Amino acid sequence: MIEARHLYKHFGPVTAVRDLSLSAADARITGLVGPNGAGKSTTLRMLYTVLRPDAGDACIDGHSAVHTPLAAAARLGVLAHAAGIYPNLTARENVLYFGALHGLTRADARERAAELIGLLEMEEFADRRAKGFSQGQRLKTALARALVHRPQNLVLDEPTNGLDVMAVRTLRRLLRQLRTAGHCVLFSSHVMQEVSELCDEVVVIAAGTVLASGTPAEICARSGAANLEEAFVRLIDGG
Amino acid sequence: MHAILTVFAKEFRENLRERRTLFSALILGPLLGPLLFAAALSLSLERSAAEGDRPVSLAVAHAERAPNLLAFLRQYGVTVSAVQLDAAAARAAVQAHRQERVLVVSEDFAAHLAQGTPAPLMLYADSSDIAASREGARVRSLLAQYGTVVAHLRIAARGIDPLVLAPIAVQDIDVSTPATRSVLALGTLSYFLLLTLLMGGMYLAIDATAGERERGSLEPLLTVPVRREFLIFGKILAACAYMALSLTLTVTAFAITLRFTGLERLGMSVNFGPRVAIAVILCCLPLVPLGAALMTLVAAYTRTYREAQTWLGLVLLVPTLPIAFAGLLGLRPSLTLMAVPSLSQHFLITSLLRDEAVPASYLAMSVLATLTLGALLIGLAGRLYRREALLG
Repeated sequence: MIEARHLYKHFGPVTAVRDLSLSAADARITGLVGPNGAGKSTTLRMLYTVLRPDAGDACIDGHSAVHTPLAAAARLGVLAHAAGIYPNLTARENVLYFGALHGLTRADARERAAELIGLLEMEEFADRRAKGFSQGQRLKTALARALVHRPQNLVLDEPTNGLDVMAVRTLRRLLRQLRTAGHCVLFSSHVMQEVSELCDEVVVIAAGTVLASGTPAEICARSGAANLEEAFVRLIDGG
Repeated sequence: MHAILTVFAKEFRENLRERRTLFSALILGPLLGPLLFAAALSLSLERSAAEGDRPVSLAVAHAERAPNLLAFLRQYGVTVSAVQLDAAAARAAVQAHRQERVLVVSEDFAAHLAQGTPAPLMLYADSSDIAASREGARVRSLLAQYGTVVAHLRIAARGIDPLVLAPIAVQDIDVSTPATRSVLALGTLSYFLLLTLLMGGMYLAIDATAGERERGSLEPLLTVPVRREFLIFGKILAACAYMALSLTLTVTAFAITLRFTGLERLGMSVNFGPRVAIAVILCCLPLVPLGAALMTLVAAYTRTYREAQTWLGLVLLVPTLPIAFAGLLGLRPSLTLMAVPSLSQHFLITSLLRDEAVPASYLAMSVLATLTLGALLIGLAGRLYRREALLG
């Protein structure tokens, strides 16, 4: 369960996020959508404790990202926008490193890494050095790394960027599996198709504030649009 | 604490797999460096040893006018060759490097000598020709010596003791020992040690921030539930390990190669046995955390790997500054100066090579001051890693 309350963040004279509140429930996939520069990445970065909000707070399963960032971070799996992996380590070692940093025992981390390698169909390249991995292989490694500590919540920043159809399908399947298992999934995107395909809840933001939130059907109904993309365009233009 | 070790182990292993950085950190600096150093030293020793007994050649125009002088020169090992050149031709020959130097005996040389007035000799030489200047000096001193001999003969012929011409007798007494003489030749060694020490951890220091940021792995790393200082401490620790390794390898390589340089032939002894090698390593060790923290800090302010490389290239020069200053000002070790990192290590290394006793207070000051500054910079690096601007 992720809850953001009245978040503010500015960089110099630019206000990136203004009084932003949202909530992502367990067993739901929540999509954060908005045009480029709307403040999606900044919002997510505040949620996963890399940025500190100027005002407001975010709670991860009740743990404040501002006051108890380590407890909040422990309950989060993160696929950041720049999901770089270490080229001189194998895919498995990349996953194990994060397992150790999350405080897993060596045996536990090994078991979990093997489990994720199976789940994400990474067997073929799991023990190869990450140097020269394809975009899809890198994404799978980064995903396994984000999930190694069995986080209740998963935050992904534009995860489908630059992926081919097969990789996108694997990702979708995984996110649905996590939802079924009762996890909270929050991801950002500007691809409406992706959002309407996957999301139970949608939060539309522009210029750092929330324009609308609810199920895709609710958002369409409220703006009188036939589909989510149409609703999105009307919201942005009207806002 | 566990997190620091986790980061350390990962960084250590990853760097071990980077062949290019490993080569420059553990092979190029520590092994090739001393070899080049020893080769250069050996070459220059051989040259200066060989030049002392090389015969000097001298072209003489109108040799027939001064037969006694030429006999004297030949007696002292000068190879005299007679040439037919007038003053202008002699000048041109030296200028064009056809002759290294030409001695022209003037027409009235014998007449002046017989009258007891100064007899003119013209010695054409090119003072900008460094290679020829050493032999030129020998010719000049032989000519002066011949003048003295003639003067003594004239004085004696007039019934005066030639000793009245030598009112004082200066004796040069060189108090340098073989060990101190070798320090002159090995003066650059301590700088070389400090340089390879820093180079050993350079790539890891770059990787800690600029490298992670460029690869996009910094942000994921910052999402783990670990205090950010611990992440950077682990990285600094890994850099320290490589620097200590590089230092040990370099000192060992120096200790081995210097045995084959033949310093003894010039009356220099290399006081660089296993005991001194270990002492040198121990003296330099406090510099390791300081260097690692300094380079990590500088790298953290750069945007890319390349930019970090450029800046750290300059950081490599930092330890030379105090050493160069002390050399220019002729500073001697003192308790205050032992508080200056790199300079104090330079003094300690020099003392060890000279086989001199070092006051315990000097040693304590060097270790404490260097470690304190290192701890300060490590703390600063920890603070820097907490800043949001780190993400760039």
